[in-house]
Amino acid sequence: MMCNEVQTVGALSAVNRGFMATVAPAFEQNLEHSTCTYCGQCVAVCPTGALTEVDHTPDVLRALADPSKTVVVQTAPAVRAALGEMFGMEPGTLVTGKMVTALRALGFDYVFDTDFAADLTIMEEGTELLDRLTRHLKGDKTARLPILTSCCPGWVNFFEEYFPDLKDVPSTAKSPQQMFGAIAKTYFADKIKVDRKDLVVVSIMPCLAKKYECQREEFSVDGNRDVDFSISTRELGAFIKQANLDLNNLEENDFDAPMGESTGAGVIFGNTGGVIEAAVRTAYEVYTGKKLEKIDFDVLRGLDGVRSATIDFNGLPINIGIAHGLGNARKLLDEVRSGKSMFHAIEVMACPGGCIGGGGQPLHHGNSDIIKARAAAIYAEDKKKPLRKSHENPFIIKLYKEFLGKPNSEIAHHLLHTHYFDKKKKIVVKQ
Amino acid sequence: MSSIKIELRQEDVNKIKDICASFKNDPQELINVLHKCQEHFGYLPAEVQEVVSNELVIPVAKIYGVVTFYSFFTMTPKGKHPISICMGTACYVRGAEKVLDEFKKELGLQVGQTSADGKFSLSSLRCVGACGLAPVVMVGDKTYGRVAPDDVRSILKEYD
Repeated sequence: MMCNEVQTVGALSAVNRGFMATVAPAFEQNLEHSTCTYCGQCVAVCPTGALTEVDHTPDVLRALADPSKTVVVQTAPAVRAALGEMFGMEPGTLVTGKMVTALRALGFDYVFDTDFAADLTIMEEGTELLDRLTRHLKGDKTARLPILTSCCPGWVNFFEEYFPDLKDVPSTAKSPQQMFGAIAKTYFADKIKVDRKDLVVVSIMPCLAKKYECQREEFSVDGNRDVDFSISTRELGAFIKQANLDLNNLEENDFDAPMGESTGAGVIFGNTGGVIEAAVRTAYEVYTGKKLEKIDFDVLRGLDGVRSATIDFNGLPINIGIAHGLGNARKLLDEVRSGKSMFHAIEVMACPGGCIGGGGQPLHHGNSDIIKARAAAIYAEDKKKPLRKSHENPFIIKLYKEFLGKPNSEIAHHLLHTHYFDKKKKIVVKQ
Repeated sequence: MSSIKIELRQEDVNKIKDICASFKNDPQELINVLHKCQEHFGYLPAEVQEVVSNELVIPVAKIYGVVTFYSFFTMTPKGKHPISICMGTACYVRGAEKVLDEFKKELGLQVGQTSADGKFSLSSLRCVGACGLAPVVMVGDKTYGRVAPDDVRSILKEYD
C-alpha cells in the first residue's frame, strides 16, 4: 500500500471489517490529526477514485471576478509536462506556451513562472550549501552536513513528524512556491503599486502538500498569505475545460516579465535529481570560479529510488545523495541520524519520480512510462533554454541588485528563509 | 468508532512498555501484545494503542485497523458485569434476538456500549458451546440457559 509501504508514513490503514470496512486514519479522525504529510500519493493511486483533493478553484474564481484584486499566477515546472494529458495529448507533450495563453484567457492579470523562484531558491540554497561546506572544511563543528533540500512540502512535513531531532539539517531556504509569494507581495507589489492585500497570488502545482504549505502561519503577514491559493494540475485542467477552452487549439505565448523569466536550472526542479543538479551547476561555478564545461549531469538523473554520485569540484569531491519517495528518504535520514551518512548534500522529493509524479498531477494509473515521458519533456525544455544556470538569470541578478543585496543577506533571510517545527505526536502522561 | 479520551499515568505507560518488551518489541507480535494490554486495561483506548505504536514501531492507523478488525478487541471499557447474548445458530432460532432486544430496552444500550455508571456492558457473541441450553446469556462468568425475554428483568435484578 502506498501510504504504508512506499511512503512509510502509515497515516491510512484498512479499518473495521466486512461491510463496514474503509480506508481511514487511526481512530477515524481527520487527516490533520494523523501523521499524514499531504503528499497526495493516496489520491494519485486510489483504485476507485474515492480520494480527491480539496478544490480551491472556487476561491480562485472569486478572486478573478473581484475587480479590486490584481491576480498573479505562478506555474510549477512539472505542470507543463503533464497538463496536456488531460486534453488527449501524448504523455510528455510540453504545453508551456498554450498553458500561458489559457491562464491569460481565464483572466489572470500576470502569468508568471515558479521556475523564476526556483532560480532564486538555487541562489539561496546553493549559497547556504557552500557556506556550510567551507565552514565544515575549516573544522567548524556547528556547520552541519549533509545539507538537505527543502523545496518539497511533503518532505518537510515528513521530517517534522519523524525526524524532528534533525530539523537543523535541512536548508532553511523556503520552497520556490513560497519564495515566489514572498517576492510577489513585496518587491513586485511595490513595483506595480498595489497593496499586498489587493494582490492575490495563485499557484498551479503538481502537488497537494502545496495547499497545506501555503496555509502555514509563518508564510503570512498579518493574516495575509504570501500565496493565497494553490490548485493542482488536475484542478487547472478542469478549470480550463469549464471555461470551454481547448488547450490543443490555443496559440503559444510567453510568460510575463519579470517573474516569468527562468533558466533551464529552474525547469528541472520538477524531476527527481533536478534540484540538486541545478544547485551543482551554480555551486560549481561559484566555488571553483571556473565555467562548467558540461551542463548536463547524467549521473544525477534516473528513476532509481536512492541514487548517489560524486561530483569533482576542482579537486574537492562532493558526495551527493538523492531519494524520491518518502520510504527511500527515510533510509538516508536514518543514516544521517546515526552519523553514518557520507553525503555533503541530499535531495529529497516525497513523490516517486519527483514533482512530475506528484499527487496533484493527471492520474497515471501506475504506468511508469508516463512518468518517464514527463521527465524527458522536462529535460528537453531545459536543453532548449538559452540560459541554463540560475545565477545567469538576468532578472535574478537584477532582483539582487535592486532589492535583496546578495544571497543570504538580512532581507533575503527575512523573506526567503524559514525554520522548522517539532511536530512529532507526543504521548500525554497524567502527572 | 469514537473512543473515550483518557490520560495514561506513567505506571500505565511503563506497563505497556513492559508488555511490549516481553515480546522483544517484535512488530509481528502485535496481536499478542494487544491481548495482554486488553487483559490489563480491560479495553484498548486510543492512548494505549499510541504507546504500542511507539514501542513496536507500527503506524497507529495499522494498529487501529487490527483492533477494529477483530471483534475480541474493544475500545470501550467493559462494564463491571459484561452481558453477552449468544447469537449462534441454535440460540438464534430459539429466540435470542428477542432476548437481546429486551436487554437493549431494559438497559437503554446498543450492542458494544457500556452503561454510564459502568455497571453493565452489552455484547453479542457466537456460540458458547452450550446449544442444549439455547438461548444462552452470560453475565460475567455466570451462564443462564433457556432465557426468555420475560426473564431479563429478573436476571438484571441479581446485580443490583
